[in-house]
Amino acid sequence: MRPPMRPPMRPTTAGPVPHPAPQFCPNSSAEQTWRYPHAGKRGVSGALAARAERQGRWRVAFAMAGFGLLYAALATRLVLLGVSGDGGAAQRSSPADLAAAARPDIVDRNGEILATDIKTASLYGEPRRIIDADEATELLSSVLPDIDTERVRRQLATDAGFVWLRREITRREQQAIHRLGIPGIGFIAENRRFYPGGETASHILGHVNVDNQGIAGIEKHIDTLGLADLHQAGFALERGLEPVRLSLDLRVQHALHDELNKALERYKAIAAIGVVMDVRTGEVVGMSSLPDYNPNNPVEALDRDRLNRATVGVFEMGSTFKTFTTAMALDSGQINLQDTFDATQPLRVASFTIDDFHGKRRWLSVPEIYIYSSNIGTARMAMAVGIEGQKAFLEKLGLLSTLRTELPETGAPIPPAKWSKLSSATVSFGHGISVSPLQTAAAAAALVNGGHFIPPTFLPRSQAKAAALARRVVRQETSRKMRDLMRLNVLKGTGRRAAVEGYRVGGKTGTAEKVVNGRYSSSKRFNTFLAAFPMDDPRYLVLVIIDEPKSEKKGQSATAGRNAAPTLAAVVRRIAPMLGVEPRLTDPDEPATTLAAMR
Amino acid sequence: MISRANRSPLAEWWWTVDRVLLGLVVLLLLTGLVLSFAASPPVAERIGLAPMHFVLRHAIYVPLAAAVMIGCSFLTHRQVRRTALIMLFAGLILMVLVLFIGAEIKGSRRWLSIAGFSLQPSEFVKPAFIIITAWLFAEGTQRPEVPGRLLAVVLLLIVTALLIAEPDLGQTILVFAVWGALFFLAGVSPIVVAGLAVASIAGLFMAYRMYPHVAVRIDRFLDPASGDTYQVDTALKSFQRGGWSGAGPGEGVMKRVLPDSHTDFVFAVVAEEFGIVLCLILVLIFAVIVMRGLMLAFRRKNTFERLAIAGLVTQIGVQAFINIGVNLQLLPAKGMTLPFISYGGSALLAAAVTVGFLLALSRQSADQRVTVMPRAAATGQT
Repeated sequence: MRPPMRPPMRPTTAGPVPHPAPQFCPNSSAEQTWRYPHAGKRGVSGALAARAERQGRWRVAFAMAGFGLLYAALATRLVLLGVSGDGGAAQRSSPADLAAAARPDIVDRNGEILATDIKTASLYGEPRRIIDADEATELLSSVLPDIDTERVRRQLATDAGFVWLRREITRREQQAIHRLGIPGIGFIAENRRFYPGGETASHILGHVNVDNQGIAGIEKHIDTLGLADLHQAGFALERGLEPVRLSLDLRVQHALHDELNKALERYKAIAAIGVVMDVRTGEVVGMSSLPDYNPNNPVEALDRDRLNRATVGVFEMGSTFKTFTTAMALDSGQINLQDTFDATQPLRVASFTIDDFHGKRRWLSVPEIYIYSSNIGTARMAMAVGIEGQKAFLEKLGLLSTLRTELPETGAPIPPAKWSKLSSATVSFGHGISVSPLQTAAAAAALVNGGHFIPPTFLPRSQAKAAALARRVVRQETSRKMRDLMRLNVLKGTGRRAAVEGYRVGGKTGTAEKVVNGRYSSSKRFNTFLAAFPMDDPRYLVLVIIDEPKSEKKGQSATAGRNAAPTLAAVVRRIAPMLGVEPRLTDPDEPATTLAAMR
Repeated sequence: MISRANRSPLAEWWWTVDRVLLGLVVLLLLTGLVLSFAASPPVAERIGLAPMHFVLRHAIYVPLAAAVMIGCSFLTHRQVRRTALIMLFAGLILMVLVLFIGAEIKGSRRWLSIAGFSLQPSEFVKPAFIIITAWLFAEGTQRPEVPGRLLAVVLLLIVTALLIAEPDLGQTILVFAVWGALFFLAGVSPIVVAGLAVASIAGLFMAYRMYPHVAVRIDRFLDPASGDTYQVDTALKSFQRGGWSGAGPGEGVMKRVLPDSHTDFVFAVVAEEFGIVLCLILVLIFAVIVMRGLMLAFRRKNTFERLAIAGLVTQIGVQAFINIGVNLQLLPAKGMTLPFISYGGSALLAAAVTVGFLLALSRQSADQRVTVMPRAAATGQT
């Protein structure tokens, strides 16, 4: 029984359909399959079916080609990954390979050791070879009473191949455990980093993790220089690595650290920062930021309060910035030392009023503006130069871009979001712009060393090398005038307490009000003193910062002249002889030219 | 060995089934079980189960999947169609149910919890959908009074709508791709196919606009710096760590941090522990399965068989391609399991059904031989 004929697969104009087409036979007994009604007698419709089929098959072939391409892409990607990888050989590591490898010693510029390796032993267990985990734990805790017995028992009871039990144990402990003779317990000789100076240079040196990999400061810098690769390759396990010499002078560093500590205590401040820099080479001879931490036990390093304020912290430097504004004004050629500016009344800029702390209420010459620290006069000088000139000048001094040194920790400066007339005026006296102390020191060094900006470094640098790196930022003439102004400020101005007999200190105070809840607070101050010595031929730049000092006597205001300046004097008094600066008992260089400019 | 003279159903089956395809799929299932030892314990530990939790379940699923696959391959064509029809209806009903009573996992409702086992209905809908779509296209081509193509479009809309509602965009794309392939293979004119391609690009663009997480993933793929590409980066690191020969069984460490290492990113785990060479072999096996399947389709004269075989094999091929492509960072991150290898009961069993149908339809039947004979005669006569 057959159903009626069906039309061919595709309507066609090819003519009548004399022959039966392939038919679909739904048959209760048979399966639904395609059959040709008259096998062997086929005509046009058969050919049509064949054509449709050929077409369909051609498309299947097309799909095959498509899939072929897709899978070829996968295989290509795999091969490329295989070729780009190093075969995984170097990456494979066992816990034992991670044992703390040797690091080079770090020494100061005179060869004094700042960081070194000490051989220690670390205790490990091979749980697979432990016969009785309970007994082993019991015995271990007899030598190491503070060990977490619960954890150790659990670790040793597993089927693992290797577990660390205690890193860096003492020799005595090692011997005692060795004598217990516990099977499956062993020691691996490790190197432990030791910093003989403790806190003294902590922020510069940084510290290492338990695997002796540098994770902060110079230690991290050393690793990025290629030590990490050496470790990876399995070398550098034994001693004999060339020590890394720093530009630091341990004696200077100690004196600075010590004086800052005293100041911190005396003025009940929350933080103190100090930088000593060689103005001729850009070498950092000493740098300290208190509170700091002990790198031998760096648990406190992550404490927010203990960060390295000298390079990571950015602050509104306050009146210290007037040094830059004055240099800019003098260097522009538009303003001379004799020029005077109106400071008779507060300056109004965009509905804000700028006033002076020690108001003289008269016209002031440039040296007077500087030594009386006149905000009005400085703002007027900045206006005379203009916003673009100011921006270009600060950029030239590196105060608008992040300072890069060997230390990985660095803070980006925060310039005003928009340079308006107002922000230009406030930036001129160090508000509305935040920069790091080290950055400030490097910029100031350029103003006193004859006008060359030399990027600061923590590694030794010769004068010849420094000369190659140096970039002129102000004219020699401007630099000479700035020295005179700074010296004058210590002789006659706000910095009198920074004077050190014989060493011709010159510098500028800065008393910035700190922003508390979006407003400038009159009780919380950020006091700075930026100085150089000896002023007749500057060798070293010193920056001292006391954060939130309290006044020593009631009714006395805690300005920079009263705390930062004496601290700076104390530092210079101690370090100047060490650094070989010749003292002169009579000061021949009373800056006559600038004095003449004063009334 | 079974004698050719033997006429029992088993012997019939053995001599007519595609033994190469069968063998490769069984090989993949076993490989998946072995790799499960590497890939799933860290995941189990991470979510607080016994380390061997997934391995044991996988070990139950694999023989079950093999049995389902072989069982399905015994079906006649008509039985395949009927099974598919039943599965499709049941699956669609469950997919509607899942929207209301399904467990919400990671922001989508895809799983039904039945007697302690979770079931993903959309997995089982896929092979059924392909069979029915192939049948509709075949009917539509041969019997103009049957609105086959229209029904196929309607079916596609229903299935994709349910998938998008879950939402499960990966499956949606997969279903759509397979449907598109069937559409193309059904002999539709190239202009219409091109139109469909344009429409699907528009659809992708709409998904990009409508689903923020899709947009984010595509953005991250195009520009890795634009956000967190942790998953794919970790996967890629596995390949670099493994190198050609792998770090060795049990030596993998990336799997401890790689999310979904037992399902979507099992390929990366394989790379780290067993090396790129094994990865290449896996890619080759999938390629051979796809090519072999398409070759079987190529040989078929019957439109339904050709379409159904090609559709089923396309589903496996596209799914494997997307999974491996995501692992290799060739495609934007998209959750999709690797057929036969990844952990997942529904996925494994559904894949077994897919191959079972494929084997059933591609058996060398006497009917096919009948259709081969007259063709030579036809060319001879005209």
